[in-house]
Amino acid sequence: MKTAIEVEGLTKSFGEITAVNHINFEVKKDEIFGFLGPNGAGKTTTIRMLTGVLKPDEGKAIIMGHDILKEPLKAKQIISVVPEMANAYLDLTAWQNLMLMGELYGVPKEESRERAKFLLKEFGLYERRNQLARGFSKGMKQKLILCAALLTEPQVLFLDEPTAGLDVESARLIRDMIRQYNREGTTIFFSTHNMEEANRLCDRIAIINHGKIAAIDTPEKLRMKSIELKSVEVSFNKPVPIKELAEIPNITNLKKIGDKIRLYTDEPHSVINSLTDYARRKKLTIISLNTLAPTLEDVFIKLVREHRGD
Amino acid sequence: MVNNFFEQLKRSVGVAKKDLRIYYKRGPVIIFGLIMPFFLFLSFFIGRNMPIERLFIGLLGMAIFFSSMSIGPAIIPFEASSRTLERLMSTPIAVWALFLGDVIASFLYGLLISIVPLIIGLVLGINIIQPLILSLGMVLAALCFSSFGILLSAYPPTDVPSTAMMISNLVKFPLVFISGVFIPISQMQDWGKIIASFSPLTYFTDLVSYCTQETSYYSIPVDFIALIGFTLLFLTAAIKIHEKTLPKRLS
Repeated sequence: MKTAIEVEGLTKSFGEITAVNHINFEVKKDEIFGFLGPNGAGKTTTIRMLTGVLKPDEGKAIIMGHDILKEPLKAKQIISVVPEMANAYLDLTAWQNLMLMGELYGVPKEESRERAKFLLKEFGLYERRNQLARGFSKGMKQKLILCAALLTEPQVLFLDEPTAGLDVESARLIRDMIRQYNREGTTIFFSTHNMEEANRLCDRIAIINHGKIAAIDTPEKLRMKSIELKSVEVSFNKPVPIKELAEIPNITNLKKIGDKIRLYTDEPHSVINSLTDYARRKKLTIISLNTLAPTLEDVFIKLVREHRGD
Repeated sequence: MVNNFFEQLKRSVGVAKKDLRIYYKRGPVIIFGLIMPFFLFLSFFIGRNMPIERLFIGLLGMAIFFSSMSIGPAIIPFEASSRTLERLMSTPIAVWALFLGDVIASFLYGLLISIVPLIIGLVLGINIIQPLILSLGMVLAALCFSSFGILLSAYPPTDVPSTAMMISNLVKFPLVFISGVFIPISQMQDWGKIIASFSPLTYFTDLVSYCTQETSYYSIPVDFIALIGFTLLFLTAAIKIHEKTLPKRLS
């Protein structure tokens, strides 16, 4: 089996609002699949349907060959979920939380203990294993939930914005773990609105907006598709009126970013020439000058706007 | 393997262990499950010249009824508000096994608490004439009331525990007055007897009366059949209604 997740026409409405609207996609086995979208785009609703928490109004989702609607227990047995908000049992200790997960997945007791010990050590929580989760920081709770999800050795791991609001170190640890478990054969499906994170982690990315898939591809191909988003970033020794730079030919857009000005163009070479001419004419010194490929964020914003019809 | 009945039953035990660890220390459970019924008992019986056997029937009936039903109505609202219900629903546990776990926890708590009035009764000199029937009756009653507690949390699908507790108290307190706890069934008016027959607690107090005084309004098989019937009815209804209302709690 090469496909870990197959989604066909998945739809969910809440009253008159269609949160997810007939989406289709496939996630390959052993892939890290990113699900990108602005707030309220339908990311969490999709994950909740794929993990059997919510029933879709239409469509189907197959997880490793098991239909989540027809064989929910079989599908749930091979997946684990790390939700957006860490939902550990606050009145149970870290250890008890993990043992409960083991029991709910039917993991033999001895195996549960060994895995829990290993995971808590990996995530730096072992010393606090007998403390109630209530006293844990947000990052610790998130790590605990990740431990609980990994305890069951899932074939497919769903993560809903797993690093949102975490400090840099915790976020990096979680990203490293995602990579490590993916190398060991776990298929990863994770939602984020952090472009850089998606860019660094994902084999493929789906961009969802207003409940519809706007694009699915590898990060690199998505960038290449938006070639018109190439840009030249320049900074001068003195502030310059942005209006004057707007008159440079072949510019599609420009924006001020700190002390730099970014000029979007599909002809960077000509823009660089124009900028050097401009600097010479105005007796300015160019402090820095870089050509930039479109970032995933640029692509994301473009696709979201196109989708909205801006 | 995951669909195997015994495999799911093991998962129910996991849920029960979790419930016992978390919920029985909660304020609303202690207040509505133990303190309030205890004072209700005291206010009704103190100063009234009643035989000790009659007091024992009331105390044991109320203890098992309130303690078995103390946490059941609040578990699911607590879990929904803390989003742990979502966690449970994403794990491979069948809905029936999840609620059976909650029933098992309520059952064990109710049974454990009801041992206290039993010991008090024995210390005060109550003669248990039929200990086996009483033990079996207590087990069945705890199971029946636990299932009833879980049923009471099924509708409306609120995620506010105090609302669920309030609704369950609206049902629980009137039932105590029509179930032979305070007034023996034989002394009730005919219409009272008819109403009493719809309460599962009636059959338990009748059993206790038989075990301590050798007098009962119904025959013992009727008491047992009624308790088993109510248990099956409550358990089935609880699972079915929860299955229907769960999506509302999760959306």
